[in-house]
Amino acid sequence: MLRDIWQTFLGFLHNFGAMCLFFMRLLQYSPSVIYKRFSLVAYQVYNAGALSIVIIMVCGLFVGGVLGLQAYSNLERFNAEDTTGIFAGFALIKEIGPVITALLFAGRAGTALASEIGLMKATDQLSAMEMMAVDPMRYVAVPRFLGGVISMPLLTAIFTTIGLLGSHLVAVELLGVDVGAYWQQLQNALDMEDVLEGIYKSIVFGIIASLLAVWEGYNSIPTAEGVGRATTRTVVITAIAVLIFDFMITAWVL
Amino acid sequence: MERSTNGVGKLPEKLIEVRDVSFSRGSRSIFSKLNLTIARGKVTAIMGPSGTGKTTLLQLITRQLDPGSGQVLVAGDDIADLSITELYKLRRRMGMLFQNGALLTDMSVFDNVAFPLREHTTLSQNLIRNVVLMKLHAVGLRGAAYMMPAELSGGMARRVALARAIVMDPGVLIYDEPFVGLDPISMGVIASLIRQLNSALGITSIVVSHDVKEIGEVADYSYVIADGQVAASGRPSDLKNERSDLVRQFMLGLADGPVAFHYDAPDYAEQLIGKGSD
Repeated sequence: MLRDIWQTFLGFLHNFGAMCLFFMRLLQYSPSVIYKRFSLVAYQVYNAGALSIVIIMVCGLFVGGVLGLQAYSNLERFNAEDTTGIFAGFALIKEIGPVITALLFAGRAGTALASEIGLMKATDQLSAMEMMAVDPMRYVAVPRFLGGVISMPLLTAIFTTIGLLGSHLVAVELLGVDVGAYWQQLQNALDMEDVLEGIYKSIVFGIIASLLAVWEGYNSIPTAEGVGRATTRTVVITAIAVLIFDFMITAWVL
Repeated sequence: MERSTNGVGKLPEKLIEVRDVSFSRGSRSIFSKLNLTIARGKVTAIMGPSGTGKTTLLQLITRQLDPGSGQVLVAGDDIADLSITELYKLRRRMGMLFQNGALLTDMSVFDNVAFPLREHTTLSQNLIRNVVLMKLHAVGLRGAAYMMPAELSGGMARRVALARAIVMDPGVLIYDEPFVGLDPISMGVIASLIRQLNSALGITSIVVSHDVKEIGEVADYSYVIADGQVAASGRPSDLKNERSDLVRQFMLGLADGPVAFHYDAPDYAEQLIGKGSD
């Protein structure tokens, strides 16, 4: 029993170390890939980012709306419904925007990346590239990684903006909070540091989600079952990692 | 690895030499002290029952895997000593046809064949177009240039992959199970392409297969691999007269022999009446 736990722990360390090395290689190749194969990176920004915009916008609108509702109904009890903007805005910019965008990204783009790379591996496309003297790390892994890293902050910005709009719709248009108070209160209370916290988080989450998706795909067992499992693992591990890092970053910033 | 025409040439006869190579996966030994040579400008077949590591051998020859011990020499150089850059330079002179073609699924047939040229040369688009169309014409699929890999039949996909493998004019062509899963017509097409490419371009060819009949028609020399070693070698016609039981079983396709029909199991009668361990 103890030995099993020890073995699992060693296995985890082994994987974690391998992933760190993989991450270093991604970073090492990134400059040359941006320089020489920019079109591949641009295509992946489209693939991971642009194709996720619709889901991000729809979710942003409704999450913002819910925040507006919750904020209003609670603040109203203290006659503080004018501060609805502060509540919804802070929650969106600092926490919910980056976290939910990362989770949605893992579900939409992360799974697509992992299964795409896994299938390329299962059908020998990666080996074929190696035999054609083209390094699949540079041709497949790095552009996808960079595409995700670039997309995530942009998607987070879109999510947060639409979320603010959603809470505005609910609080101001539906529940009758004064429009001037809603935005003025938020503007007064919000510092650049708060916005930066959200931006830092979106960058870190972008790296985590893209790294895990590319890693899981690249190291999947090259069978139908293996690719399926890699896809599932991508979502699960990304979700856990994002929430843990969210806690750590928040604790560090505050 | 310069090209040489059949028979002519001052270059050494042996292009690839596998010396005392041992390899194992986990605790399972795949090869122990395997020795074989691939002659320049010839079609060499590597045959053997399923699971004997034929594909593994190709991976060792192309250094997709490293042997546990022993050497693989290509044109006299131990490929284990090559740096990654040198290895990639060597691989540009090798073409490999994968079992299922391994075409890049997000590109058209044309772009697949053009891929190595675009990656490794600075040829103009116009020239690339002409080269690609010529190679596709050679495999009879110029008309399919703008189809996607998903629209191709198995035989067509393999021919496109063959066009891609020869687009850089390699000195060595490696075929991994080129006949598997093809109908007789496609098989005949692939077999005649292997022969043509070899005689027209003088390409050294290595064909891994267990299709005894098809191989007999294309190969100049064959190796039969079993139990991690070369069990027999010679011209295909000689192998048919081989006396070793295993080689006879393989060449004639007998159901039972040294490679047993039954996987190891406890005694049949005892297991049925419930004795012995289950």
